[in-house]
Amino acid sequence: MTHPGEITRRQLIRRVGLTALVVGPGAGLLSGCATGGGEEPAAPVTSAAGSADPRNPFGVDAKKPLKVTIFSGGYGDAYAKEIHEALYKKEFPGAAVEHDATQQISTQLRPLFVSGDVPDVVNNSGPQALDLVALAEQGHLADLTGLFDAPSIDDPAKRIRDVVTPAVLDNAKIDGKDLVLNYTVSHRALWYNAKLFAAKGWAVPRTWAEFTALGDKAKAEGILLFAYPGQKGPYYQLWNVLYTAAKIGGNQAIIDIDNLVDGAWKAEPVKQAVTAWADIQAKYGDKAYFGLDHTQTQVKHLQDKLLFYPVGSWIENEMAKDKPDGFEYAIAPIPDVTAADKMPYGAIQVGVGENFFVAARGKNPQGGLEYLRIMLSKEGARGFTEKTQNLTVVNGAAEGLDLPPGLRSAAKAQDAAGQNIITDARFEGWYKELFDYGTEQINVVMAGRITPDEFCSRMQAKADAIKKDSSVPKQTRGE
Amino acid sequence: MERWRTYGFVAGFLAVPMVLYTVFVISPYAQAFQISLTDWNGVSARLHYVGLDNFGRLLGDEVFWRALRNHGILLLVLPIATIVIALFFAFLLNLGGGARGPGMAGVRGSAFYRVVFFFPQVLAVAVVGVLFKAVYRPDESGVINGALIRLGLEPVGWLIEPDLALWAIIAVMVWQAVGFYVVLFSAGMAAIPKDYFEAAALDGAGRVRLFFSITLPLLRDTVQVGWVYLGIAAFDGFALIQVLAGDKGEPDGATTVLPIEIWKNAFSYSKVGYASAMGVALFFLTVTFAVLTLRTTRRERIDL
Repeated sequence: MTHPGEITRRQLIRRVGLTALVVGPGAGLLSGCATGGGEEPAAPVTSAAGSADPRNPFGVDAKKPLKVTIFSGGYGDAYAKEIHEALYKKEFPGAAVEHDATQQISTQLRPLFVSGDVPDVVNNSGPQALDLVALAEQGHLADLTGLFDAPSIDDPAKRIRDVVTPAVLDNAKIDGKDLVLNYTVSHRALWYNAKLFAAKGWAVPRTWAEFTALGDKAKAEGILLFAYPGQKGPYYQLWNVLYTAAKIGGNQAIIDIDNLVDGAWKAEPVKQAVTAWADIQAKYGDKAYFGLDHTQTQVKHLQDKLLFYPVGSWIENEMAKDKPDGFEYAIAPIPDVTAADKMPYGAIQVGVGENFFVAARGKNPQGGLEYLRIMLSKEGARGFTEKTQNLTVVNGAAEGLDLPPGLRSAAKAQDAAGQNIITDARFEGWYKELFDYGTEQINVVMAGRITPDEFCSRMQAKADAIKKDSSVPKQTRGE
Repeated sequence: MERWRTYGFVAGFLAVPMVLYTVFVISPYAQAFQISLTDWNGVSARLHYVGLDNFGRLLGDEVFWRALRNHGILLLVLPIATIVIALFFAFLLNLGGGARGPGMAGVRGSAFYRVVFFFPQVLAVAVVGVLFKAVYRPDESGVINGALIRLGLEPVGWLIEPDLALWAIIAVMVWQAVGFYVVLFSAGMAAIPKDYFEAAALDGAGRVRLFFSITLPLLRDTVQVGWVYLGIAAFDGFALIQVLAGDKGEPDGATTVLPIEIWKNAFSYSKVGYASAMGVALFFLTVTFAVLTLRTTRRERIDL
């Protein structure tokens, strides 16, 4: 989930409709989506039986229709309709492709999983994404090992696993099995207006002292040093604080939090990161932003009311329509907090995102796997980048494309960072309750209603409760 | 034979709505009771029963109690504030002008005010939510704070201060509900025979006396119905809070209510069993409230 829940008109209407239905006096109606017939789940279809033909490694039935459901959020759904589905139809002219775009993945698909009439390919994203761990437990997700071992469309001598960013393989795993394909690459750190900095002659701060000094200079001009949206997008700041903790103490800080290690939230780097940012908010922030959502905050960013905004590289495309000519997105790494940060200046977070999976018990899982293989071809990936101005996990697919300045700055920052890449926090997907609690508590600590120490102990208490809760399936990660 | 035909006739009319009601209302309710005894995650095909574990967990859940506390505040404030304001307006609109011509009349322009008061009622909750988001916006673009800043005052974080947010939301709920109850009470007042007022007025009763000695006692049934409606509304608030405060009852869960927690647990955390247990608790709360209110306020009817 890369974009905070943008309430569209349609969503509102739906929500209100749901209210009438769900929350009448006595919200017992919630269970409207009944349980299934009670039969044991069938054995999941493991990655489709191999075929010797490198052009059709999964043995797709050329006549079978394929059902695709796309989350139509920040990326839209044109990339699927006009690129990937078109490529599939070109490969199998006899197959019909049923395309469905929605912003309510969970609401639309949950009953289908219970009844059994699932789409073959699902783009599971947005604020209402399906709980993948729960689906995996029930064997609803097809094993992608076969996909990763299948020959690449561009060069049959290479396997898919050799042509994608390695993070794809790490992030595919749920309960140790490859079940999820992350399709996009994003760069997260602080984003600023390069043209404003050039006009004012300001340099991007490399240390915390430079950062606050710039804050004073900006304050004199009526510009805020930093702001994040307190509504809908406070998790941008939770990410920011976690990445800062990783910069201070190394990726282990985040890995320990993900693995629910005892005392992970009370570790010194986490405390330092929270303290540093709470201080920035207290000295250079404006409490009004606690009541603004991401779009309102991003518009203010475009109006040069604030210098730095913690977000990912999708921001450029997200705000493309509103962006004035005097604004040029560029990425700035988090400044050095202490003189002894484990990661040197320049470390940024580079992560994969945008989940796709193939339904194990759909009608055409082989077709689903082939669809993902098409997405991972250079043609499919380049088409995605052209349509959405975002990079994919396919190596070299964007070569020769004319990328916008923000993406170019992100690519440059990644080169400069080299091996110092901050890892993603996976508890966001694993333990949503903990993550949601974090997005709530980050507002509380940033607003100064609790101290950083209290923030750490509250988060630790919640993490301990999750660890003890036997109804929550546990995940672990290595590196 | 005669009886058969009568009952057959009645049953013929009732069959379809009864079937619809059973399928779409009764059976989901019943199923919620069933699911509340399981740890169902919303996708598994089998139900695993855990007895009353979910209810035990509810008792120790801090957020559940916070939601209950908020329901308590809503239950006290929403009906009282709405009914008092609505009664006041209805009295002014219908009787406030004193004796004019035959019988009593409202204040000047009451036909116009009546329409204006009803406006909020026609707006969808979501529209009201978006509207008040703009009104409460914490920076200079907010309607209230824009005015405050222009007057040289500090802006107020209506929806971002934990001590203020619930009250700001209650104000919106009252604003939206008043119009409907003005109409409801106006209809009640129209049913009171005019000669009562004339007789009292002849005896020298002022408007205040008229209101407390004649209007209010004779409106008792209508007010009671309004009380139950508003009480049930106090157990909801989902849509407005979701749009205005956010889907976690921000800030810090200060505005959360049970429906928000049910939504969160069922659809975000896949704890459908636990969410159903909350739904069952909410069901009993609502029913208890309605029964208690109707019992304690029951009284002999006054024939007009």
